[in-house]
Amino acid sequence: MAELTRDAVEHLARLARIDLDESELNRMVGELGVILESVATVQQAPTEAVTPMSHPMPLVNVTRPDQIRPSLTPQEALAGAPESDAQRFSVPRILDED
Amino acid sequence: MSAGDTEALMGYDDVLAAYDPALGLEVHVELGTNTKMFCGCATTFGAEPNTQVCPVCLGLPGALPVVNAIGVESAIRIGLALNCEIATWSRFARKNYFYPDMPKNFQTSQYDEPIAFGGHLDVDLEDGTVFRVEIERAHMEEDTGKSLHVGGATGRIHGATHSLVDYNRAGIPLIEIVTKPIVGAGERAPDVARAYVATLRDLLKALGVSDVKMEQGSMRCDVNLSLSPKGSGVLGTRTETKNVNSLRSVERAVRYEMCRHGAILASGGSILQETRHWHEDTGITTSGREKSDAEDYRYFPEPDLVPIAPARDWVEELRATLPEPPAQRRKRLQAAYSYSDLEMRDVLNAGLLDLIEETVTAGGSPAAARKWWSGEVARRANADGQDVPSYAAGLGVGPAQVVELETLVTSGRLNDAMARQAWEGVLDGEGSPTAVADARGLQLNQDSGALETAVDAVIAANPEVAEKIRDGKVQAVGALIGQVMKEMRGQGDAAAARALILSRLGQA
Repeated sequence: MAELTRDAVEHLARLARIDLDESELNRMVGELGVILESVATVQQAPTEAVTPMSHPMPLVNVTRPDQIRPSLTPQEALAGAPESDAQRFSVPRILDED
Repeated sequence: MSAGDTEALMGYDDVLAAYDPALGLEVHVELGTNTKMFCGCATTFGAEPNTQVCPVCLGLPGALPVVNAIGVESAIRIGLALNCEIATWSRFARKNYFYPDMPKNFQTSQYDEPIAFGGHLDVDLEDGTVFRVEIERAHMEEDTGKSLHVGGATGRIHGATHSLVDYNRAGIPLIEIVTKPIVGAGERAPDVARAYVATLRDLLKALGVSDVKMEQGSMRCDVNLSLSPKGSGVLGTRTETKNVNSLRSVERAVRYEMCRHGAILASGGSILQETRHWHEDTGITTSGREKSDAEDYRYFPEPDLVPIAPARDWVEELRATLPEPPAQRRKRLQAAYSYSDLEMRDVLNAGLLDLIEETVTAGGSPAAARKWWSGEVARRANADGQDVPSYAAGLGVGPAQVVELETLVTSGRLNDAMARQAWEGVLDGEGSPTAVADARGLQLNQDSGALETAVDAVIAANPEVAEKIRDGKVQAVGALIGQVMKEMRGQGDAAAARALILSRLGQA
């Protein structure tokens, strides 16, 4: 398997909105690399006779009827919000103004 | 750049002389299900903020989604109506991104195994030709919450200090319908885009899967456009104009982007692949975010949902529920009702076809149905900012009232002017046409003696006109009928008056 590059880790950190300084980046390249190598041993398993699957459960078509169930009250819904206003979740500004 | 700046545009004809446009349309439609796609929260439009939310659609830890059966059924019916193949095996995927409109930090969507793919939709263009739009796929996903941006000058995201989010809309079932690149439309490209969205809207409405109200956002369109040098056949760099939410805007946005791309390419520049914001008021687009790594959604199969594998016999059962294609139905009804092309266009533009069909089914004539649903009621609905069907439904006025009104005319109780008064009374909430006619004393004067007196008086007062009619100028009778009606204070029967005048003057 391809080696995990420093660029890839930087890219992932940016996607995940995680600030990593130089030393953290270096450490992550090493640690994530070890994890990927360990996981890669799975690829040695003999899978020729196994059908690809996207889910471990042998189930399909699990649905529910289109019937309304009670929602939370707005008070309950907002109880865990660090900030709220006008019965809405208040979130920090979305765009960084450069 | 700010929304106020305008960019250089090339003339439309010059664009067409040098370039071939390629279009791609992505339409999101909110399904009209009772509940959300993955939880039992209600989907009522306009509810108080955060009153239709639960641990699933708020993305609280440990909450598990379950698929709405009607959401899947609607998706399959839409796929079938678009002549798509329905997947035998389909699964959901997580589309990961950080934006507070989705509290889970991902949108549950479909990626590599959509429910429907490979279809087409034929659309009628203004010039009378039919254009086939190829459909890439239709997949299931969920809508996002609504953000209110606070602290900026205009409620826009730019300059906002913070945002307030309402998650009532988060999780409402969405079907995203994506076309293949539409090439070869040339100068008709803006019309193809409009006609495609219009046809799709009619089809979805006929399927009964959505209310498809573009103005309320239950149907939204993203317009991808690129130009390639004429005849080269190579797709150019595209821009994606988001949330173009009326038919007219779809047409304008395509045209605008064609002219903008043309100006950039002709001056030797290159198109930046980016999203563009559409400005309804000024009819221009402005730059949104660049599509660099922001597009990296790290899709992966949704572990909390099992695959959807629709049985073939169920798919065939659903195929049997498809309505007659709207274009075919329009042609059939126009012929059956003997409407001219112009009349039919007015009927369609006003959204009256269903109402007219119901009225005819209830016993009305096509001519009367068209007449009564297009006049005064249309004027009032328009003034109220509604379409006629919803306005009439709000008044409790329907096909039965029109049929009753027409019967009052054909039975000889009311003339046309009286029928108009009775209809106004009905729309004013004064009761049924008969009740209004009774209350307002509307009744043709069927006293033949009174009619004879009036006719004789009018003939005597107009010897010259009478002479012309005697000499065979029958069309002059109109002037006399008007006077007879006046003599009878509007309660005369115009047809009877005409017959009597002509008979008196030897023309019967």
